[in-house]
Amino acid sequence: MTDTRKITVTVNGERLTGAAEPRMLLVDFLRDELRRTGTHVGCEHGVCGACTVIIDGDAARSCLMFAVQADGAEISTIEGLATNGEMHPLQKLFSEHHALQCGFCTPGMLMTAMDLVHNSKDHSPEAIRIGMSAALCRCTGYVGIIEAVTEYARQVHGDAAVADRDSGEHSHG
Amino acid sequence: MDDGVRRETGGYIGQSVPRREDKNLLLGQANFVADMQLPGMVHAAFARSPLPHAKILSVDVTAARAMEGVVFAASGDDVMAALPPINGMQVVTPQGWRDRVDTDILIPDQPLIPNDKLRYVGEAYALVVADSRYIAEDALELIEPDLEPLQPLADAESALADDAPLLHEHLGRNVAAFLHTKKGAGAAAMENVPHRISRRFVHHRYAAMPMECRGVVADYDTRTDTLTVWSSTQVVHWVRREVATALGMPEERVRCIAPDVGGGFGGKGHVYPEDILVAWLAREIGRPVKWIEDRHEHILNAAHSRDNIYDVEIGFDDDGKILALTSSFLVDSGAYTPVGAGIAGNSIAHMLGPYHIENYETDCRVVLTNRTPNAPYRGAGRPEVGFAMERSVDLVANYLGLDPAEVRFRNMIPPEDMPYEVGLTYRDGVPMVYDSGDYPKALRRALEELGGLEAIRQRQKDALAEGRYIGLGLGCYVEGTGVGPFEGATVKIDPTGKIMVAAGACPQGQGHETIFAQFAADMWQVPIDDVYVTVADTGHVSQGYGTIASRSTVTASGAIKLATDEVHQKVFAIAANMLETAEADLELRDAGVGVKGVPDMHVSYRDIANAAKPGWGHQRPEGVVAGLESTSYYEPPTVTWSYAANASLVEVDVETGQIRIEKYVEVHDAGVLVNPKLADGQVKGGLVQGLGGALLEELAYDDQGQLLTGSLADYLIPTASDVPPLSVVHQETPSPLNAFGVKGLGEGGAIAPPVVIANAVCDALRPFKAELNSTPVRWADVAAFFDGNPANV
Repeated sequence: MTDTRKITVTVNGERLTGAAEPRMLLVDFLRDELRRTGTHVGCEHGVCGACTVIIDGDAARSCLMFAVQADGAEISTIEGLATNGEMHPLQKLFSEHHALQCGFCTPGMLMTAMDLVHNSKDHSPEAIRIGMSAALCRCTGYVGIIEAVTEYARQVHGDAAVADRDSGEHSHG
Repeated sequence: MDDGVRRETGGYIGQSVPRREDKNLLLGQANFVADMQLPGMVHAAFARSPLPHAKILSVDVTAARAMEGVVFAASGDDVMAALPPINGMQVVTPQGWRDRVDTDILIPDQPLIPNDKLRYVGEAYALVVADSRYIAEDALELIEPDLEPLQPLADAESALADDAPLLHEHLGRNVAAFLHTKKGAGAAAMENVPHRISRRFVHHRYAAMPMECRGVVADYDTRTDTLTVWSSTQVVHWVRREVATALGMPEERVRCIAPDVGGGFGGKGHVYPEDILVAWLAREIGRPVKWIEDRHEHILNAAHSRDNIYDVEIGFDDDGKILALTSSFLVDSGAYTPVGAGIAGNSIAHMLGPYHIENYETDCRVVLTNRTPNAPYRGAGRPEVGFAMERSVDLVANYLGLDPAEVRFRNMIPPEDMPYEVGLTYRDGVPMVYDSGDYPKALRRALEELGGLEAIRQRQKDALAEGRYIGLGLGCYVEGTGVGPFEGATVKIDPTGKIMVAAGACPQGQGHETIFAQFAADMWQVPIDDVYVTVADTGHVSQGYGTIASRSTVTASGAIKLATDEVHQKVFAIAANMLETAEADLELRDAGVGVKGVPDMHVSYRDIANAAKPGWGHQRPEGVVAGLESTSYYEPPTVTWSYAANASLVEVDVETGQIRIEKYVEVHDAGVLVNPKLADGQVKGGLVQGLGGALLEELAYDDQGQLLTGSLADYLIPTASDVPPLSVVHQETPSPLNAFGVKGLGEGGAIAPPVVIANAVCDALRPFKAELNSTPVRWADVAAFFDGNPANV
């Protein structure tokens, strides 16, 4: 299992090349070969979402892909959210709403939220809760996370987009 | 959050100061153990038992060792020849507790890798170190263990059977600890009570399950004979102690650092074999060694928790006044019990909760079985005993036809009885005294948050008339927090005038760096950015204890204060000398010391720090030794008592048994809140873990001792869409036991949800006389009541 392939990916706009065995997970390639350790590994079986990155525009679990499958792909990770050290609005909102405690899930949570707010058409409270269920947080009870993502969706899409479309019933249980 | 008796400091304490921890975490610049890469680093992996109980006939690592890319391999024989087991008593119990509680404790030591038998699924029998984790795992495949299956002790009750085999033969029994304690006449009082109810309550097995699994990196420096260990742990000083002991090194030559830690909740609150093994490997191999636990390993091998069976009898009069309470309970501790009888000790101390009960007697057996070791997880014995107690209170209410809220009010300790002597001994060896609080007020407020008791009952009645089942669940608890034995802190003034604080606490997301800075900024009257905080590094504080048991706000603030007080004395003495005035005329102001009422007469901390230096030109008065630095240890007199009242409204679906939580309320009192936003986050996060335990999470074993839930696809952690509307109200009754009036709050949220949900569902199903006396509360069990064949009575 020692034959390696040359793999080139664009990470946060930067073209990077590394070597990986065909069996190497994309997340291990990002972390260990390219030394982008902002993306985390929480379960290696696609449930927890800590490894979520944006691949060619869509959120994906980088623990469920081999690096060779991503050859040539454009990948966005947490390291690319801020601009010249200035936090992205979503990052600021996470801090303001205490949407992180230990911060381990935060990279996947932020990338999941970016995908949800920018790629999804539905930003109702119900849709945000379900959308953010793609990533697990063990610390916060999701209270601050939902507040922060909702506020970000409001900033991007306006008040009406995040209004409760439910007819007075409680929207979750 | 706005009422109560908050102390006006005019400073940072009490303010929701933004967290200084957030920036690195948000930018992807954090440093978790898994992120570390050191030159020449190699990677460890462990072969783990597929059997719950097996005799090891042989483990051959020859082929693994010979594989290309492998640098080291060891079996249990190799490890046992080199290293002693971990002492079973990682936590020493104080004499005062052993004097006042009847105990018979035999805690087994834990071999780092056993060579005689394997005692749970997931216990390591060999290890490999290789150039990459991938190669190390390949090599594990080449290890052929010859194991002879032994009869498994699948659970606590079967381990107690007369013909059960022994798990640890040398102990001569499968009970690690017997505990017994009594208040008043104890069980004898049961003879004379008008009414008695007996029930069995089962609290199932679930676990901390932090998002970051465990991990260890170690690096040995030959020249200085020094080991550095980075561990994802809550207790760096314990890791240092155990590594130094096992490797025969002075503690000073071992430095343990917990870098960013991705959650702990108790699961990382003791020393594990891998902490020591990875350190040993680094010294043995002469290269940095890294081991990162994967999720499957974590679920098998990191400590589980809960898993108790309670037999309770409650005696009461016609008015619902509880006159006597007895319980006999089992803790399934799994194969080892790394924190000894700590969980059980908590349970026996917490059963009476916020109630005045004259007669109480309890006994407990901590039972060794072929399950994964059981160690404290958020709540640590309190959710379990709280489930038994608060279900019992509801049963009393149902028996007498009283409202469960009313029975609670009738038995609660009134605020005028504070401080209240409980008549039991805490596990710090000190007689228990609830220090402050207003328990009935908390319950009243919890009910008000749901619209008030009358309105709730009316809604329930109206709903029932429509064929809908709404239930009110209550759960009250008290929680000893800020337990000793001590915490350490070092405070110094840097030559630049900045305040440097280091504490023995080891946070996993709580925000200690922020709140310790709040304390120190107020004590020194400086802008918070002038305070630098270091935590979780034995290189910075000589002795520390760690972040477990809802203790760090209380104990670390105490240590920071003691150290600060000592440095203050020198600062005032030196400033008086510099300003040629009496110390009594001085005050702290503007990042320095000034003469009261004289704005121009001021020296900065920077000036004072330079004046305090040893050597020529110092400005210390006679008798003041050089340096502005103190290391101090706070030994709390005993615990502070946080408490809460929980209330929730649920609706149960007739068809499916689905439990929809309309709203969940916790009125919580942890004394003065240092940072209300962070405190709120702790409680809410705890509540959701408690709800996970109530409804979703389960480490299920079959009757052969095999764990059935080995992935996060099977072990269900709450997701964002599982969380109901939460309302947390903070009462702030200061503790009289410490300078800041603080109490601990890390665990509290997780204590009550299981019983609150069970009580709420039973209340909704009152027409069916439903009883749910075990967790998790399953939809199927609920639906069974509607079908007329309940399985769980």
